[in-house]
Amino acid sequence: MPQIMLPPFLVGFLEETADFVLPFEEHTAWLIAAVMVLLIIGSFIGKLLERSSEERFNSAIVRSFNQRIRSWWLICAILIAGLVIGKTGTVVLFGLIAFWALREFITMTPTRRGDHRALFWVLVIFTPLQFVLVGINDDSQLFKVILPLLAALFVPTRIALANDQKRYLERSAKILIGILICVYALSFAPALLYLELKTTVDGTKEIWNEGNNKEKGLLFFFVLITQLNDVLQFGWGKLIGRNVIADRINTSRTLEGVIGAAASSALLGALFFWVTPFAFWQAAIIAVVISICGFAGGITMSAIKRDRGVKDFGTLIQGHAGILDRIDSLCFAAPVFYLVTEFFFT
Amino acid sequence: MQLTSRLLVAAAKIVSGYTVRWKDSTPDTCQRIYFANHTSHLDGLVLWAGLPQEIRQLTRPVAAKDYWEKGWIRRHVANAFNALLIDRREVKVHRSPVDLMIREMEDKYSLIIFPEGSRNNKEEMNKFKSGLYYLAKKRPDLELVPVYLDNMNRILPRGEVLPVPLLSNITIGAPIWLEQGETKQQFLSRAREAVIRLRDDEE
Repeated sequence: MPQIMLPPFLVGFLEETADFVLPFEEHTAWLIAAVMVLLIIGSFIGKLLERSSEERFNSAIVRSFNQRIRSWWLICAILIAGLVIGKTGTVVLFGLIAFWALREFITMTPTRRGDHRALFWVLVIFTPLQFVLVGINDDSQLFKVILPLLAALFVPTRIALANDQKRYLERSAKILIGILICVYALSFAPALLYLELKTTVDGTKEIWNEGNNKEKGLLFFFVLITQLNDVLQFGWGKLIGRNVIADRINTSRTLEGVIGAAASSALLGALFFWVTPFAFWQAAIIAVVISICGFAGGITMSAIKRDRGVKDFGTLIQGHAGILDRIDSLCFAAPVFYLVTEFFFT
Repeated sequence: MQLTSRLLVAAAKIVSGYTVRWKDSTPDTCQRIYFANHTSHLDGLVLWAGLPQEIRQLTRPVAAKDYWEKGWIRRHVANAFNALLIDRREVKVHRSPVDLMIREMEDKYSLIIFPEGSRNNKEEMNKFKSGLYYLAKKRPDLELVPVYLDNMNRILPRGEVLPVPLLSNITIGAPIWLEQGETKQQFLSRAREAVIRLRDDEE
């Protein structure tokens, strides 16, 4: 179980600042506490299952359950650490995750010698640039427009300059998809922290998150629903799944799984509405939107993996967890969640 | 020096994101020759960094003198990973690289060599040069360990200066020895096959 160990100088610092305030708003703290309790129970059950798995349970399923719990601890720890450090910390963490995901993506897709310089720009310059722009949060919101333009205009140009025409369009498209999914789309998640949200109370608009860290709760809500939805889709599919949606792409994604997950995500969304600016029915609707986007992310990544003939990004490079496998749904849901929230609540 | 070494290992890990897999062999401090395919300037550094620390301290990559002696930084780096620099242009009978390697190995160091000679930018590996055979013949006690480095040519291909930080794999296989009555050609092609087998296993 990972726990947050504060270095001594930080402890001293915290003790000295007597009027130390919790880096979270109260509701967010409760939600985090609830998730922690769930995870502790989950880990406990996992340990029990591991001991008795020999006789009663399928050990492969137990192992995958424990793996999932472990990666949830990690996601949770990363997210909380980022949120404690502050907005910038969260942006940096998401930047590192995007970098790692893109590197997995490019490693898996074959590129040619002529793509080298373009790839250098994409991985070493554009990816950090995108998250710097999110962090700067300038008035014209450059982060929303720059990267797609660079991907569509700069990358093909740079590849053309390398003087290799073989499969040119395909190579440009691969890199473009990689940037847009792994970096651009994901960057909308930390961008949530910079929204100035308003809610309508008795017909008048009120600012919801002025200096009270409430937006951290919104990000936590988003990640939580996305991750739970992944499990729900898998679970419902296993339980009552009959109609496989695209059997050549992924045999475990079923219509029943998607509908079941959307319905139960709606319930969960409504259950946690109090950390968001949404009313409970709005939270339910937005959870359904997240659920559908999460499905889109999963099926798209499956198609890419099937095309390349790999099972998951984790087996591609032995020993790595395969970040892209964990965040595909997050990548697809983030921009939609951001834009819906921005459109209706600012 | 210790600091530079640590920095080098960290940099190698960040730039190449390597994963090490010991296949049918285990890390050991006994004297070994690690021989690998060669596609990138990073090969020697990454393989060296991928070894466990206590083995790394006893392992010296063999590298080209003309490249690594150019400029202060390269000299410092080569020094930090304890490279054994070989002059590719002045190979003479009485000062052959094999003798130099054997002398420098003493009775404690292991070596990393790239028997293809120079970096290869084709799909297939080049034929092995004979150095590995003479090492095996003169020091039959050495374990000859095949290594396959995957994806390094995409991280830093020949002729590029800036690396693209993708992910890579280091697969370390079971040791081989020179067999009784084996000719030079037979041995060298068997050694090459050993590396190719590691590549094919991966796929």
